[in-house]
Amino acid sequence: MNCKSIVKELSNYLEEGLEPSLKSSIERHLENCEDCRIVVDTTKKTVQIFCNSEPAPLPEDTRQRLRDALFKHLGHPHTEKR
Amino acid sequence: MSASKLNPLTPRTPLPSQVVKDDEGSLVAAAKSGDISAFETLVGRYERKIFRLAQNITQNREDAEDVMQESFLKSYQHLGEFQGNSRFYTWLVRIAVNQALMKLRKRRPNQVSLDEEIDTGEDTMPREVEDWGPSPEDRYEQSELGQILSSTIAELDPPFRIVFQLRDIEELSTEETAEALGLSIPAVKSRLLRARLKLRQKLNRYFRQGENS
Repeated sequence: MNCKSIVKELSNYLEEGLEPSLKSSIERHLENCEDCRIVVDTTKKTVQIFCNSEPAPLPEDTRQRLRDALFKHLGHPHTEKR
Repeated sequence: MSASKLNPLTPRTPLPSQVVKDDEGSLVAAAKSGDISAFETLVGRYERKIFRLAQNITQNREDAEDVMQESFLKSYQHLGEFQGNSRFYTWLVRIAVNQALMKLRKRRPNQVSLDEEIDTGEDTMPREVEDWGPSPEDRYEQSELGQILSSTIAELDPPFRIVFQLRDIEELSTEETAEALGLSIPAVKSRLLRARLKLRQKLNRYFRQGENS
């Protein structure tokens, strides 16, 4: 197991989709390779930061135009239910 | 199927926007039978996420607004075809992705091909290996972080950006992503790996230790 193989298996490793023997080989490499450990950790954080980000509220004019479009096509006064 | 079971990277405590409320099934059923108020409740629940998805794919605010409107209208018109085999949101995302891709291709007809062969070889090896510390995102205000994330994802080419959006932001499974984009599973996996590594590298300038601390 070398650094290139770690990168190749990175997604599978992060998603816990690896055979136990391959997972163990990766973890043995990580114990001894700080660069790979940082790459694994920062890639995991990258995914988590995006995954954890809440979408911004809709701008009010955008939301109004959505309401208007729904009203026009569905024929119902759009309520404020969220 | 719960998307959170598909990806162990999902936060342990779901965000408010990730919680599937208990009434979703009954709202969808009511909307199917013509209850527009029930449909409007679903719109209110997902409008922010669908707008972000459309903006991230099209990279154009006007197009994103059109995509959002068209997606909700189309989903209402086709609600009868929703079988309930997936979450309503997953079904809605697929409609929105189709609408967004149509916009993107219309605007840039020669630049957007999702199924083209992409070299996945040489430049995947990470450069700039620097530690970020435990919670690098806490160094930024929420709105500033949002700006950083949207400008960073905008720097990716569409084939990477869209796969990352579906897999890691909308939490579709690899299979659902492949089906939605008409890609093979290996193609989704290789694009996702590349996208994650590219984003990691781009975020490095904001999150490496010592930055903004």
